[in-house]
Amino acid sequence: MTPKRRQKLLIILGCLMLTALAVGLTLYALRANINLFFSPVQIAQGDAPVERTIRAGGMVKEGSVIRDPQSLDVEFQITDYVDELGVAYSGILPDLFREGQGVVVIGKLQNDGRFVADKVLARHDENYMPPEVAQALEEAGYSAADYQAKAAEVGQRLEQ
Amino acid sequence: MLVKIIPELGHFALIIALLMAVVQTIMPLAGVATRRPLWMAYGHPMAVGQFLFIAIAYLCLTTSYALDDFSVANVANNSNSMLPWYYKLSAVWGNHEGSVLLWSLMLAGWGYAASRFSNSLPRNMLARVQGIMGFISVGFLLFILLTSNPFTRLLPNVPQDGADLNPLLQDIGLIVHPPMLYMGYVGFSVVFAFAIAALLGGRLDAAWTRWARPWTNIAWAFLTVGIALGSWWAYYELGWGGWWFWDPVENASLLPWLTGTALIHSLAVTEKRGSFKSWTVLLAIFTFSLSLMGTFLVRSGVLTSVHAFANDPSRGLFILVLLAITVTLSLGIFALRAPRVSHHVSFSWLSRDALLLVNNILLVIMTVTILLGTLYPLILDSLGLGKISVGPPYFNALFVPLTVVMCIFMGLGPVARWKRMASRELVGKLWLAGGAALVLGMVLPLIYRGEWNLWASLGIVAALWIVLPMVRDLVDKTRHGTTRLAGLRKLSLAYWGMVLGHLGIAVTIIGVAVVSNYASERTVRMAPGTTVEMAGYRFTMNELVSRRGANFIADTAVLEVHNIDSGRHFQMRPEKRFYLATGMPMTQVALRPGLFRDLYVAMGEDLNDGSWAMRIQYKPFVRWLWLGGLLMALGGVLAVIDKRYRRTQAVSHVQLASRQHIDEQEVTP
Repeated sequence: MTPKRRQKLLIILGCLMLTALAVGLTLYALRANINLFFSPVQIAQGDAPVERTIRAGGMVKEGSVIRDPQSLDVEFQITDYVDELGVAYSGILPDLFREGQGVVVIGKLQNDGRFVADKVLARHDENYMPPEVAQALEEAGYSAADYQAKAAEVGQRLEQ
Repeated sequence: MLVKIIPELGHFALIIALLMAVVQTIMPLAGVATRRPLWMAYGHPMAVGQFLFIAIAYLCLTTSYALDDFSVANVANNSNSMLPWYYKLSAVWGNHEGSVLLWSLMLAGWGYAASRFSNSLPRNMLARVQGIMGFISVGFLLFILLTSNPFTRLLPNVPQDGADLNPLLQDIGLIVHPPMLYMGYVGFSVVFAFAIAALLGGRLDAAWTRWARPWTNIAWAFLTVGIALGSWWAYYELGWGGWWFWDPVENASLLPWLTGTALIHSLAVTEKRGSFKSWTVLLAIFTFSLSLMGTFLVRSGVLTSVHAFANDPSRGLFILVLLAITVTLSLGIFALRAPRVSHHVSFSWLSRDALLLVNNILLVIMTVTILLGTLYPLILDSLGLGKISVGPPYFNALFVPLTVVMCIFMGLGPVARWKRMASRELVGKLWLAGGAALVLGMVLPLIYRGEWNLWASLGIVAALWIVLPMVRDLVDKTRHGTTRLAGLRKLSLAYWGMVLGHLGIAVTIIGVAVVSNYASERTVRMAPGTTVEMAGYRFTMNELVSRRGANFIADTAVLEVHNIDSGRHFQMRPEKRFYLATGMPMTQVALRPGLFRDLYVAMGEDLNDGSWAMRIQYKPFVRWLWLGGLLMALGGVLAVIDKRYRRTQAVSHVQLASRQHIDEQEVTP
């Protein structure tokens, strides 16, 4: 092999190795940092992993928000009108957080079935149901008729 | 009478602009193909007319907003009679239809400018540029007229009052951020048109890069300011004090910025050394395609954010098709024609050429990683494989190390020579700067805070490693003049542009490193009389009051803040506003800005026992983030002023050379 060809080969091999490394690292970082979404139904069925960061979503159940009078701890339940999930959070809730409104919470599911949230995002939607939750319900075998009437009724009552 | 048909006049003006854009696409390109100068000459008047008529349409929409014409659906949905007048004018682009109209207006403006200031271009080239600009304009005007007409009426049931502008958008940040960002996005269309025209003509030389560089720099400067403003807006408006969230919408603006930065550097190599030609063209195509993709992501409604207005899937589909056509056509032309313009120039592995190549590779890797993290959830979702989200840890894990590697090369680049450089010379120039950066980086955090932090140190070392070699280079460059000042004067504006641009990056890096590692935050329960101490300040809540604004009512907390060291004190008044028309609550933070620290107080929620949840933050060096962005943009503009100056001198012989070139081309098809 001429020196020139050898140099070219080395360059190409170097580039390939760098690319492989970059792709490998990227995929690894992606896998480690993906947050899957679960609805209360899926969590009740035991589909969600414990002690891993996941996202969960649903509507804040009416009358379920309990504030601790001393600190900023708050507990509430989120529901997809089929199952419910108890959420514990400490800090300031977003401006649009309200009973009967959609929320997405990011945090970890505990062994005792409670969800400890690091972040709470308010999710306003005209159909009174965040789209992720509606889809998760559909996958769990519930039809829209099972929850929609109830969701709309609660939503409308709270808006008045 | 005429006042009543203003929206119809606007609609009509848009249709005329569309027809003109069609003519501007067909005639010049057909003229080049059939070698008819008369046909080519259609380009300029059409560019002027198109700009004029879109401007008329835009004025008509603005007038409808100013006159509270709620029979126009767009006005009724996004304005309100109680809205202050300046928000009425900026509400024009605070919604989907209006912002696409602004996009088109800017596109036509850039098209007009490109046509007006390119007299020195060969006729063929100019005609092609005009044709391509026209083509993009046709796409967007069709988009407006077919899917997002801002002039649609609500007749006969005219609402009494409008639904009001989203409160988050009622802010000075919104008045300036979108136009700046759009100027950047759309500005890249000019260099895109130049690149495609160069491919079609088979001509890409130093003269071409001298035409393309100023346009790229200006667009890039606008985009830089736009991104910085967006980050600043998010910081004080969203109420939790973050300045970058790796939100898909932010990523969409960062992607063309990264490839645009690569493009600026690649253009420098193409001009100075005549190499990297195909690569430069490819970057121009990528940059504009990413701008289009950004528009698609933000405007199609696939993402949920304050930016996503459109919920009509046909709109998203339309932009996606437009994006697909642009990318396919331009990459097709690239594949067919690139071999004609490429040109091999050798350089050694230790030279400015090679360092800029590394810079480009790194920037492209950053672009790809961010693109992957942004699109991956969308792709999985559209394939029905589940809803996932990719969080900031992913982006930080990849972007931070890549930036550090980039900084290492940024220190070397400005002092390296073109073509080849002896490693001994490079080491000789850099050892002092490197040593000083290391020592200062280690010591400064200790002096500043009395505690050592690896990440803050790393950031400061990186920033100093960028700045100090440039200082050394300045000293070397001015050594031989009669006086230092005379030596400094001799340096070109382009050189100063580079220095400022790199300095801006260093300033931003220091800001990021310090604020990420030394910021403190406390979320506390506060009632009148409560005192909280943080970072050398004592915050006391004095009272809670209510007040009424133009279109909102507000709960205001009055805090007395006491600087424990200096004994000075001042007041801060954060608010929780309730907007009447939309019924939306909004947090108005109280800021005490400073070059070295910001104090940031936001009201959380009413705890219903006379106390409020409050978020108090101490943000050191946070202003440096945006200051760095402004410095970068200023650098880009300085470099352009220099180019202009040089071009007026060079026009005569460039023109001569290009005329000759055309003659050659016309003989050999």
